[in-house]
Amino acid sequence: MTTGTRDISDAGRAGRDEALMGETSEGAQELKPRSLTSPDQLGRESGAVLRLPEGPVLDPTSLDVERPDDETMIINMGPQHPSTHGVLRLMLELDGEFVLRTKPVIGYLHTGMEKQAEELTYVQGATNVTRMDYLSPIINELAFSLAVEQLLGVEIPSRATWIRMLMSELNRVSSHLVWMATNGMDVGSTSMMIYGLREREMILAFYEKTAGLRMNLNYVRPGGVAADLPDGWEDDVEVICDTIEARTYEYDDLLTGQPIFHQRMEGVGTLAAEEALALGLTGPLLRSTGVPWDLRRAMPYLYYDQVDFDVIVGTYGDNFDRYAIRLNEIRESIRIVRQCVQRMPDGDYRTQDAKVTPPPRGRIDSSMEALIHHFKLFTEGFKVPVGETYCAVESPRGELGMYLVSDGDSKPFRLHVRGPSFVNLQAVPLLMRGGLMSDTITVISTVDPVMGEVDR
Amino acid sequence: MTFPTSVGLGGERVSFVPREQYKDTVRALRDDGYEMCVDVCAVDYLGHPGRELPDGVAPERFEVVCNLLSLSRKERTRLRVQVPETDCRVASLFELYPGTEAMEREAFDLMGVVFEGHPDLTRILMPEDWEGHPLRKDYGVGRVPVQFKEAPGPR
Repeated sequence: MTTGTRDISDAGRAGRDEALMGETSEGAQELKPRSLTSPDQLGRESGAVLRLPEGPVLDPTSLDVERPDDETMIINMGPQHPSTHGVLRLMLELDGEFVLRTKPVIGYLHTGMEKQAEELTYVQGATNVTRMDYLSPIINELAFSLAVEQLLGVEIPSRATWIRMLMSELNRVSSHLVWMATNGMDVGSTSMMIYGLREREMILAFYEKTAGLRMNLNYVRPGGVAADLPDGWEDDVEVICDTIEARTYEYDDLLTGQPIFHQRMEGVGTLAAEEALALGLTGPLLRSTGVPWDLRRAMPYLYYDQVDFDVIVGTYGDNFDRYAIRLNEIRESIRIVRQCVQRMPDGDYRTQDAKVTPPPRGRIDSSMEALIHHFKLFTEGFKVPVGETYCAVESPRGELGMYLVSDGDSKPFRLHVRGPSFVNLQAVPLLMRGGLMSDTITVISTVDPVMGEVDR
Repeated sequence: MTFPTSVGLGGERVSFVPREQYKDTVRALRDDGYEMCVDVCAVDYLGHPGRELPDGVAPERFEVVCNLLSLSRKERTRLRVQVPETDCRVASLFELYPGTEAMEREAFDLMGVVFEGHPDLTRILMPEDWEGHPLRKDYGVGRVPVQFKEAPGPR
């Protein structure tokens, strides 16, 4: 495999541990037949990942380990399967119609975004992170901006903070609407797919009006937001809120009470709270098990401590709970959006700290210094003091964390993204264990991985 | 067990744990109410002009950073473990938090830190036959040569 220029010298290679050289053998990432798998490993792959004293433990020895390979079948699902929400590849071991083992194989969309982030300035960084979780770009930018601002120590004007909240809640609605749409399609309700994407279109149109782009906006930037809200934005947001809120009750009629939908969702892919905690799951997956953990409430950022909203929790941790949580979170987000509209103060939409904010467009024409400053800011960027920080926000999929290390330069020294989808994907083998082949579709759907964020 | 600590920018406690006591410390923290391991990642400090470390912590090239979260106390804590370049190994947290499985595989894949005791330490994002660990600082960014008009060869 050719990789362009490589700076690894041969001298550096010699004498290094073989494991460190890092090639793993062919097929190492794949699910192997039973005859090549140790009982311990088999137990783990069957979803018995939990060794915690308080967790429900599946004894690996109680598994049917002796079963010959020719009784079961290992098949690939994906990476080009339409219901895998991107390029997720699952290797399934099947016994007839039942799933015995599952292994997600990822990396098909890996584009080295963390490495790229080290090559881009902090000004450019938001355009990079916004492409990770492409269904909630604003929230990616927000996490990145909060981390940079924490290192910089700049204060953000209150209007900018309220705008950020407004936009991220709209983003949460649009992300959940896409989920409603794709989930509808996965269970065979194609009309739901059209409705979900139709409603999301309203939010994307508002984004376009505000930021000029529909997705990957680069709207939230270190120091504030890129542009003020457009004239008449209150009316636009009001229409969005009223329409989508009314439509969520139509979704209730379409899906929530429908017997076929219930049969596909209820009791399928159940998860216990201990399992969710041990696996590090966050977001709707964790809340479906009854743990009321939402960073907006538990560890408020922005002004989430000043708005009124409910954290939706489930009881059984099954697919239906995760559906109900997302549907109700749309309503809660609309509640927050309405409060943002009411309480939106006047003022600046970005900090007046000239270090991070370019001069206004008008001054560039008249002032040479402003022109130079503008040029320097967008070519060199601003320098961020040495330090490291971890900033986490609640994305529609769970805790989105950014671990940012700065070396005092204008580019991040290291940016690590804790993608909620990446971690949540580990629940798939557990959720799938013993289920039907057809349940894999709904399980993947309710785990809701965005592969752009999983692979980064 | 007391270690040099500092306070992170978000108000969380940052502990600098020796590599040998990493797993025991995490176990103690887990029993102390840190129910969730949110994130494990590795940082390559090669070429960094100098990070702030408390007294008694010798800087090494690699650092494994582990973020723990206590849901009951609404607290975060961060452990930073210095890992030398010559012996790039650290204990795996898989037994304590099974959810670290994918995170440690990612750190191994991209940074080349070996997590001892990890049940399935294989590449996760890169192809299996890939050589080297791309997020290391001495691993160049790939580039496509661009031929400029009348330029004397590739830059």
